[in-house]
Amino acid sequence: MTIMTDPQQESFRPSMLLNDTRYRSYTFQFIALMVLIGIIAYLGYNLVLNLRAAGLNISYEFLGEPAGYDINQTLVEYTSRSSHLTAAIVGILNTLLVAFLACATATIFGVIAGVLRLSNNWLIRKLMSGYVEAFRNVPVLIWIIIIFTIMTAVLPAPSAFRGDDPDASMILGSVAFTNRGVYVPMPIWGEGSMVVVVTFILSVIGVFAYRRYAKKLLYATGRLLPTGWPSLAILFVPSILMFFVMGQPISLDFPELGGFNFRGGLQIGAPLIALWFALSIYTGAFIAENVRAGILAVSKGQTEAAASLGLRPRRIMNLVILPQALRVIIPPLISQYLNITKNSSLAIAVGYADITATLGGITLNQTGRAIECVLLLMLFYLLISLGISAVMNVYNNAVRLKER
Amino acid sequence: MKKSVFLGALTVAGLTAGAAAAATLDDVKARGTLNCGVTTGLVGFAAPDNNGNWDGFDVGVCRAVAAAVLGDPQAVEFVPTTGKTRFTALASGEIDMLARNTTWTFSRDVDLKFEFVGVNYYDGQGFMVPKELGVSSAKDLDGATVCIQTGTTTELNLADYFRKNSMNYEPVPIETNAEAQQQYLAGACDVYTTDASGLAATRAAFENPSEHVLLPEIVSKEPLGPLVRHGDNEWGDVVRWTLNALIAAEELGVTSANIADMASAAGDSPEINRLLGTEGNLGEMLGLEADWAVKAISAGGNYGELFEKNIGETTPIGLARGLNAQWTDGGLLYSPPFR
Amino acid sequence: MSDTHAESVAYVRDTMLPESPPPAAETGVTKWMKKNLFATIPNSVLTLAAILVIYFLLAATLPWILNGIWNATSIRECREILDGATGGCFAVLSDRWNQLLFGFKYPSTEYWRPALAFLLLFVAAAPVMFFKYLPRQMLLFTGVYPFLAFWLIWGGSIVPPLLLLLGFVAAYVAFKALEKRGFGVAVLGGLGVLVVAIILAGSIGKIEVLRLEQVQSRDMGGFLLNMILGTVCVSLSIPIGIALALGRQSDMPIIKWICVVFIEFIRGVPLITLLFVANVVLAYFLPPGTTFDLIVRVIIMITAFASAYIAEVIRGGLAALPRGQYEAADSLGLDYAQAMRLIILPQALKISIPGIVNVAVGLFKDTTLVSVISMFDLVGMIRGPILASTDWNGVYWELFGFAALLFFVVCYGVSQYSQWLERELNTDHR
Repeated sequence: MTIMTDPQQESFRPSMLLNDTRYRSYTFQFIALMVLIGIIAYLGYNLVLNLRAAGLNISYEFLGEPAGYDINQTLVEYTSRSSHLTAAIVGILNTLLVAFLACATATIFGVIAGVLRLSNNWLIRKLMSGYVEAFRNVPVLIWIIIIFTIMTAVLPAPSAFRGDDPDASMILGSVAFTNRGVYVPMPIWGEGSMVVVVTFILSVIGVFAYRRYAKKLLYATGRLLPTGWPSLAILFVPSILMFFVMGQPISLDFPELGGFNFRGGLQIGAPLIALWFALSIYTGAFIAENVRAGILAVSKGQTEAAASLGLRPRRIMNLVILPQALRVIIPPLISQYLNITKNSSLAIAVGYADITATLGGITLNQTGRAIECVLLLMLFYLLISLGISAVMNVYNNAVRLKER
Repeated sequence: MKKSVFLGALTVAGLTAGAAAAATLDDVKARGTLNCGVTTGLVGFAAPDNNGNWDGFDVGVCRAVAAAVLGDPQAVEFVPTTGKTRFTALASGEIDMLARNTTWTFSRDVDLKFEFVGVNYYDGQGFMVPKELGVSSAKDLDGATVCIQTGTTTELNLADYFRKNSMNYEPVPIETNAEAQQQYLAGACDVYTTDASGLAATRAAFENPSEHVLLPEIVSKEPLGPLVRHGDNEWGDVVRWTLNALIAAEELGVTSANIADMASAAGDSPEINRLLGTEGNLGEMLGLEADWAVKAISAGGNYGELFEKNIGETTPIGLARGLNAQWTDGGLLYSPPFR
Repeated sequence: MSDTHAESVAYVRDTMLPESPPPAAETGVTKWMKKNLFATIPNSVLTLAAILVIYFLLAATLPWILNGIWNATSIRECREILDGATGGCFAVLSDRWNQLLFGFKYPSTEYWRPALAFLLLFVAAAPVMFFKYLPRQMLLFTGVYPFLAFWLIWGGSIVPPLLLLLGFVAAYVAFKALEKRGFGVAVLGGLGVLVVAIILAGSIGKIEVLRLEQVQSRDMGGFLLNMILGTVCVSLSIPIGIALALGRQSDMPIIKWICVVFIEFIRGVPLITLLFVANVVLAYFLPPGTTFDLIVRVIIMITAFASAYIAEVIRGGLAALPRGQYEAADSLGLDYAQAMRLIILPQALKISIPGIVNVAVGLFKDTTLVSVISMFDLVGMIRGPILASTDWNGVYWELFGFAALLFFVVCYGVSQYSQWLERELNTDHR
């Protein structure tokens, strides 16, 4: 609100603090500040009193002490002798891992479902709206528990793979789906493997460069280069060639049944898969709605205009609809990513060792340092979401329609 | 709009919630109910039945304390707590005592500032495996996947044990006993580990209990007992001696069946007389009525009766007395004398 | 040309041909199927795939549902009756029905009270939800409802809630009377009257009139707890959310920053950490010697959580209003309170309603998280006492399926309402 300034100079009276709009806002702010300080001081005072009464203190020394418990899925070196801090880092990395995986798959699910909801196939349309409604209207906690239960109940136990006539067998002899997780071959990076990896990374860059070039050519001359096959070729051919040139430096370690479990290979634990799948399919339903809304937000005239220019349906989608729809889709999409990250804290329901389960769970239990643990936990999530918000703001500024 | 509900809830809370300050005994008396922290549900120790009545061995201790202090074993408000919340609930005064099969450890006693008033069950961490696995010793468990209930000392013991024996394992931490059970039965883990009593209780609920065996190794000491806050010794004494009264009553042969007779007049045994308040003024020293122990014992019987009724061999849980027999029978239960 | 016509007269029909039916492929079901299911080859493949998916879903669930057992006292009995056949053990639902709905501590003779409160909720919500179609007078009942529901669910004497209600009425009257002397004065006056009423309610509330058996808040459980948390927190968070949104839009930097920090902080952390705060940390920040019930602490935290989200929705509504509305209000000489109350908020809230409903649905679903902090809501009842009991140990699908269904019915209903409302409110010319 614009404040009307009165040119006439009056002498200051205390009542003006309340009645004069020039000063009233200062009064209000002062009161608010005082109230805030008062509340904080009151809470802090209580905290000090309570801690003194209980003989406790606030200290973060426990972070350096050995954690004493084991974690089943770790991305960094961790044993039960590692410190609570290491356990927390393991948890942070696990949170980020599941959040990243779930974001990727949720986007795929969501885009597919969102596009199919607009399909002209009646059955598909109904099936997809059934999926969206079923997942949007039931708490994610229930879904996580149900999916975890389905996984453990439906998939075979490793013991089912044993014996001469096993109940279950590995797919292609290399991938095993068990209720403890999925075992896949793990690449072993031999000598010279770095060359192959570097080649592959260069190929990826090459693909982007090629597509850019094709687009530029299209805009400049109207000549259309094929993108599908050449991209694939650029992506794989050099790497495969290099792989053989270097003498097959990358080999695979296949999982094998041994003892109680599969040995070797890479194990993706059941809790991770359950949480990953549950979060992606749940959030996918929300993303589907965003995608649908985004596509619908592009007015029909755009499609018709594109069609009258002679574009084919696929190109209409790629060149006309999607670029406009993305502007509508991306902001809610990013806040869905934020939701995935926050919902990953429900990992404790399935026993996945994310930050809430390590720092906010076992560490908190074992050390009893509730205030410290919860504070660190909130700090972590806060940093993550502020980071994502920052990305979102940058994006929003970048895609803002310039002419408005 | 619903501000009143909120305010109302506040008032109700204000009325019901007591103070966390020193004189817990006075608070409990003034409030008329005992707030007792228990598990969210472990059959045999503390679990609500079909009608919502709490039942179990730990519950029995709570009821005995309520009976001793308030004269009414039903005057208990059971507050379900998880492994995570139990200590804060006690520290903040939300509950007056915690009887949630909690292991007495140094750090809980000293660092977390709690006072364990005694041991009501001597337990140890064990392992349960399906019989078909053909495992006869915990030493054979190298490489196994182990289901653990989180929020207990179990995780630490397990890590220590496997490390000591230089074996590998894969922990699957599970929040509730029911879920751990489901994982174990579905074969998502080879072994389920928790306190031996808990294993027995869990196995009892299986469709085919005989297909599962408890391994002989007990890898830890788990003295489970009720605890109270540091610093309120009067209240600690009340809980401690109520527990001792239950144990002593069994040793002295006082049961819920004969207690009415014995308490009606002083008998021949001076210690029974002192316990039951027909002689001396032990109750007064505690700040309770003279017949406090009579009420405590009548609430659910003496220690042996509570044991038999909730977790003993006649129940589905079927625990033998073992270490929890009276010292006179070769067990560890040894109540200090009432004098 | 006419003679050619005359010549060909013999060949001219003098009756109309009866309309022949369209080709079989262009009518009825066939046409519909061709158009909607098998338009192109990829489309047909999709259709077949969809039919396969539906078949598998039904094949997996139908026998299990149809063959379900509804009468048994334990899972063992279920297994005996089924004798190896596939079938759900729905007996757990009939056996623990009341526990699932009301928790295990609510006195069983008093179940009618929350049930009645639940039914009345519809009566109370209807005039707000369908404000165009129902008489304004019904809003009176909406105003009375919170107090009635409190009395019904928590029980006790009717006097305190009645006094509180009268207090609110008196506060409103005071507010109206003082309104001419300025909005701030009126608010202060109203609040003063309200405080007096609360104190009165606290002191003379002991009079026993129409006493219902008192039920402690910690005895609430099951779906009842989800409903209580959902409705109470949403209702409380709307006014707080409005205040926060206005604060964030404010010109006063300190107030703005307080609101920004609060909103961003709450929105940045998962609800579960806030519940941990309610459960394990909040007690340390209260004055020594006081403890709140867990449910009250949880209500505080969930309300804070919901307020931040609702504030953002309303901020969106405020931002969507054309600048001219603000300027028009200013040019009429309205002060801030008047402008907000009479011009800005009514419009902004109207725009925000669908968003608020979405937040409410999300929040209602999130109330299941309280099961993680040892409260026995619907999910907590299932994961705790029911699955832990020897009778029903091992019944997962039936229980979680039921919980999912219950939430689905409520949330789907509300979101359908929200969509209807969106169409209803859509008065712009798009």
